[in-house]
Amino acid sequence: MRVYLSVFGCALRRYSGYRAATAAGLFTNSVFGVINALVLLAVFAARPQINGYTAIDAVTQVYVAQALLGPVDVIGRPLALAERIRSGDVAVDLLRPAHPMAWFLAQDLGRAAFAVVFRSVPTFCVGLALFRLALPQEPARWAAAGLALLLAVLVSFTLRYLYALAGFWIGDARGVTALAGTVGPLCSGLVLPLVLFPDAVAGVLRALPWSAMVQVPAEIVLGKATLPGGTVLGGLAFQAAWAAALLALGALLTARAARRVAVQGG
Amino acid sequence: MSAVATYVRLAWAWTRALAQYPASLAMLTAAQAVATVGELAALVFLFGHAGRLGGFGLHEALLVYGLAGLAFTLADLLMGSVERLGEHIRTGAFDVMLVRPVPALLQVAVEEFSPRRLGKVVPCAAALGWALAALPAEWTPLRAAAVPVLVASGTVICCSVWVIGACLQFVALDAREAANAVTYGGQAMAQYPLAVYGRDVARAATYVVPLAFVSWQPALYLLERPDPLGMPEWLRFAPPAVAALLALVAAAVWRAGLRRYRSTGS
Amino acid sequence: MEAVIEAEGLGKDYTVAEGPLPRRRRRRVSAVRDVSFRVAPGEVVGYLGPNGAGKSTTLKMLIGILAPSAGRVRVAGLEPVRARTRLARRIGVVFGQRTTLWWDLPLRDSLALTRHLYRVPRADHARRLAELTEVLELGPFLATPVRQLSLGQRMRGDLAAALLHAPEVLVLDEPTIGLDVVSKTAIREFLLRLNAERGTTILLTTHDLGDVQRLCRRVMVIDGGRLAFDGGLAGLHAVAPSPRTLVVDLAAPAAPIAVAGARTVRVEGPRQWLELNGNPARVIAQVAADHEVADITLREPDIEEVVHRIYAGR
Repeated sequence: MRVYLSVFGCALRRYSGYRAATAAGLFTNSVFGVINALVLLAVFAARPQINGYTAIDAVTQVYVAQALLGPVDVIGRPLALAERIRSGDVAVDLLRPAHPMAWFLAQDLGRAAFAVVFRSVPTFCVGLALFRLALPQEPARWAAAGLALLLAVLVSFTLRYLYALAGFWIGDARGVTALAGTVGPLCSGLVLPLVLFPDAVAGVLRALPWSAMVQVPAEIVLGKATLPGGTVLGGLAFQAAWAAALLALGALLTARAARRVAVQGG
Repeated sequence: MSAVATYVRLAWAWTRALAQYPASLAMLTAAQAVATVGELAALVFLFGHAGRLGGFGLHEALLVYGLAGLAFTLADLLMGSVERLGEHIRTGAFDVMLVRPVPALLQVAVEEFSPRRLGKVVPCAAALGWALAALPAEWTPLRAAAVPVLVASGTVICCSVWVIGACLQFVALDAREAANAVTYGGQAMAQYPLAVYGRDVARAATYVVPLAFVSWQPALYLLERPDPLGMPEWLRFAPPAVAALLALVAAAVWRAGLRRYRSTGS
Repeated sequence: MEAVIEAEGLGKDYTVAEGPLPRRRRRRVSAVRDVSFRVAPGEVVGYLGPNGAGKSTTLKMLIGILAPSAGRVRVAGLEPVRARTRLARRIGVVFGQRTTLWWDLPLRDSLALTRHLYRVPRADHARRLAELTEVLELGPFLATPVRQLSLGQRMRGDLAAALLHAPEVLVLDEPTIGLDVVSKTAIREFLLRLNAERGTTILLTTHDLGDVQRLCRRVMVIDGGRLAFDGGLAGLHAVAPSPRTLVVDLAAPAAPIAVAGARTVRVEGPRQWLELNGNPARVIAQVAADHEVADITLREPDIEEVVHRIYAGR
């Protein structure tokens, strides 16, 4: 455990060095937040209520999504693992006494922890300053929102870990990463809240893991009945189930990959 | 003329290099297409809910989207790589470019030219074609001739904005993300009728970062509609002039950046 | 004879910003100060100096990447910064640390692209490519993507790319850095041949004394931004006679070795460093007689040491 704590600490320190990048990211999130919010406000000006969402709900989701973008990598930027698989350096990772998935997870959590404080919080404050947002009233829902954020980070990590692992079997994960990078924003509710999709499409997208990264956390903040099971607890359970399933799949494929490296030498 | 020939030759070389990984290239291209189709779907869904946005119906909005999308994606195809200037400076690759008897800007622009970006161009062109076919205004020879001129002007404007943004990296190597917020954020904004964002944003997009001349003013011209924001009518005839002016500004900024680079070496 | 490279009172100042943002102070720093030299056509000149002495800065001013803040420079009769692209057609530049070739393309394609960039007539290109392929033995890896080449192969490819337009002047920045002995020798022999047969003027920076000894009749040393020495190689040794070092690995750690003709300068466990000032053979024999020795190696003086001695001696 101590190993992972120190990996976590290293990542945290490393990202705190990227001040200019953090500021630029914050600026980008704010710009996109304003654009998306203005478009949705125009839509809700024409129809005040759509599938249980009001204008305030929609704009809140826009800023929850932009705030999540720091810690939760919806776009699926490749983990360092992908490059290490291509170069063959991954053999070192597999030979470490630490489990590679736990190792990279600790790293990603370090990155996410930094991003929560310096990207999520300021981005959401920008939203609060510019627009009227719906905030949870009860402390319990704030706690649930925090837990939802953590689970979203877990799901985003495991997805990216799996994209990178694909490199073991197809040689070059860049194509997979790029394709996943466009699927993520669409299916998570980042490009457009899933409630605005046609019902049939939304029904399918809500069941997929990507919705655990933006749509479900946003609805937990808003306390919507459209959550799985109709409650905040149901939403958290949905995220936790996907996180567990993907982590298990990741562990299984890591073992397969390790065996493959041992047999074929990479 | 020889610059064009050089560009084509280098672009072709990069294309052949990429074609060594056909599966990856196919997936990368597909990813770009999926992202664009996703954006288009979001636009269609939003108009499905609202009917009209900023006084524009779906077909009129598709015209805006098509004009903006085609200009941006063509600019991305031709010049998108300039955003990696800071990286080239850091690795010393820029020095290598400077000792070749070919304009450095051309070399930076064509670096890692990738036909995968066509994956974005094609859906945008299709959207524009669809919108033009449904255009309510009468087709005169002048209007028909205006379409390619407007697309070309838009492309030049986007290329210029991109180059100016990249030149920030002569001053601060890690300015890429901040510039991206303007270039990509501007693209996202220009894809919807400007009236959606209100008067202040529209003013900024006309007089500060003149992206209004990429899609909004051309659409007003093609649709023969009065400006709902009440800006001067003659602005819609300005795109070619704005493009020429901005290209000159971009060239001057590039030269100034190069001069600065040569006096500081970083 | 007319000089092909001419620098007169060449200087380069940088402004560096220091300290935290609100009270950032700006300070002028001179990277190169008042450097003057002339290189005649057909010369091979080594440009030496410790890291950060101003070597690269000077080189960048010669090839037009950096504008001088003082003085005058002309290469092949042109002012580099102003006539950068015209100059590029008349000089060849090789950076040892980075390639001018296209990473993902086969070497052959990179060389073909070079032809177009430099607008070399097809027949000339074909003839020179055939020559260079033979002399640099490029044949076996012409079809290999550059990223798969070994460092030595890549450097030969880079040399070919820099020479396809038959430049009058070849500027090399650390051309043998990181290469094995065989590759180093091949590159040195090639450069000598190029200079002898074509009369190409060669200016190279290096940290490798072997490069200097094999290639350069003339050496310029820069330190602290100033030209500290400009003259023949023999003069360099005369100005700064540098001792060779004997590295002795003893069977077990021991007190510093005391032997006539050498001085122990460093001890690290069983390994000791002796600075030679007498006959090496005699010293080695004496050490072997006095101690149980596992290994002995004789090290040539490092160019950095030679350079430092020159500067210290001024």
